Amino acid sequence: MNAHVTSNGNGTLGALNDLSPMELHYHVSQFLFMEARLQDTHAYDEWESLWTDDAIYWVPANGHDIDPETQMSILYDNRSRISIRIKQLKTGRRHTQTPRSELGRIISNIEIVGVTADEVEVLANALIYEDNLRGETVWAARNTYKLRVVDGIFRLVRKKVGLVNNAKPIFTLSFLV
Amino acid sequence: MPQMNSTLDFRSLIEPNRVNSRLYYDPAVFQEELEKIWYKTWVYVGHTSEVPNKNDYVTKSIGPTPILMVRDKDNEIRLLFNKCPHRGNQLCAYEKGNRSTFTCPYHSWTFSTSGDLMGYALPEGYVGTDKKGLGLGKVPRIAIYRGFVFGSMAKDGPSLEEHLGGAKASLDQLLDNSPDGELDLTAGFLQHRTKANWKFILENETDGYHPGFVHSSIFSVAQSGIANLYGSDSTALTRDFGNGHTEFDLRPEWRRLDQPLAWFGTTPDRLPEYVAAMDAAYGPERARKIMIDGSPHTMIFPNLFIAEIQLFVIQPISVSESIQHVTAIQFKGGKDINRRLRQQTMGSVGPAGFLLADDTEMYERNDRGARIRDPEWLVLTRGLHRETRDENGFLVGHSTDETTQRGIWRHYLELMAE
Repeated sequence: MNAHVTSNGNGTLGALNDLSPMELHYHVSQFLFMEARLQDTHAYDEWESLWTDDAIYWVPANGHDIDPETQMSILYDNRSRISIRIKQLKTGRRHTQTPRSELGRIISNIEIVGVTADEVEVLANALIYEDNLRGETVWAARNTYKLRVVDGIFRLVRKKVGLVNNAKPIFTLSFLV
Repeated sequence: MPQMNSTLDFRSLIEPNRVNSRLYYDPAVFQEELEKIWYKTWVYVGHTSEVPNKNDYVTKSIGPTPILMVRDKDNEIRLLFNKCPHRGNQLCAYEKGNRSTFTCPYHSWTFSTSGDLMGYALPEGYVGTDKKGLGLGKVPRIAIYRGFVFGSMAKDGPSLEEHLGGAKASLDQLLDNSPDGELDLTAGFLQHRTKANWKFILENETDGYHPGFVHSSIFSVAQSGIANLYGSDSTALTRDFGNGHTEFDLRPEWRRLDQPLAWFGTTPDRLPEYVAAMDAAYGPERARKIMIDGSPHTMIFPNLFIAEIQLFVIQPISVSESIQHVTAIQFKGGKDINRRLRQQTMGSVGPAGFLLADDTEMYERNDRGARIRDPEWLVLTRGLHRETRDENGFLVGHSTDETTQRGIWRHYLELMAE
């Protein structure tokens, strides 16, 4: 999980703006890689536990700057809807994930664009290879994250997955993107 | 695979209670469908609220063919082929916008929003040419029913109202749920691509047999009462309107419950602005009846599906690829109900939807299964013994019966065997 997690589950991250740029980049990168691994391996409970209560998990459609409060998005989950999504996956009857997609993703171009004492804004690109019954699909996205330090570890507050082809017809997207 | 002949005898592929798998995977079948269904009958294209202002346009489709739906400078809705008549270039490369002219980037031919050729570059090379015959292609017939824009590529044929027949009542029922009697489809479409024949989608839209199984995962975790609508004791009905149009009629269940907005899983106190607007528009008594009956679940052949709170447009791309375009129904004057309609739609449908991702998984498994040699015939016998006719003479069955699929194929055979 997070770097420097102690035996009681708390971490050792302090004020983010006291960290050197390289230290901050290291901690952020480790968190994003861990999140990617939990998604790739369908570690649903661990992935869900990353989210804060005020979470927004968003995959826009038809562009990257739409207003999700007036326009359709591919996915626009608050914390309770994330929970429903995970519960559905865990029933074993989410047919589009039975059998599950085989996944491998690369997270790269990690760029920290804003930092306060307890929150950090991050950009990163994701390239995801999916194999399922239908065949092989490659997904590419420009992601935006907001992470918050809670009890000394990073949590996910906001994740926007900007699929590069979100204005075109896309196949079913039922794994955790 | 069975032998593929160059001439198709559809009567040998469709029987009243079973259909041949070949109808789903043979490219020759698809080619004939383009000619006899998609490029002939009335096909839903778009809604007038998508082009509210003069010179607004959206890129739509009829079958695999892109169509520009335009509101021209005279406020008239036009359906134009997106093809420059000079060298056949794709004319407009954008999904939507507002522009007074379309200019082809290849040789700068310029067209009005009515489709007329206004001018070309270096005109001295066209001495003696008449611009009149060089406009954009137009869909031969266009008809609009209460904002729903349909096109037909046949110059002659039944009127739109004749085509809609009994299904017209479903569009009226939908619009009754709007305080202003109109829709405002401005939330944008999700486009869900699938490797499956379009008819699997068409048949599934009013199939009441599958939800209890395909959607049991979300029904169980979202504490939804919907699952009961698809059980043995349900009083909901499947209905064959004729002309290929079918309905899953939930009104008997909602009337039994007798609770306004139960159809939408909510109560009047949670949508006070909407309820007040409905009361003001229709009077409390009629408003209450409308809000008990709710919105319809009707598949208008071949491509418009009203799924209570969503509008789907089915687009065939090839024999084994289709796109489901879907947006949230938004009621003009609906106020607080519209946000809930969008939120529920985003949760349910599209590529990541709690419901449609699983339906679409079934379409793709249907499509792969159809290509397997044995058995060649697929059965549609469910509920034959308990099918009846309603007061309007339409065939109705139990909520889980295949009355709807049989109706779709009956109409399909009429079109294809012509």
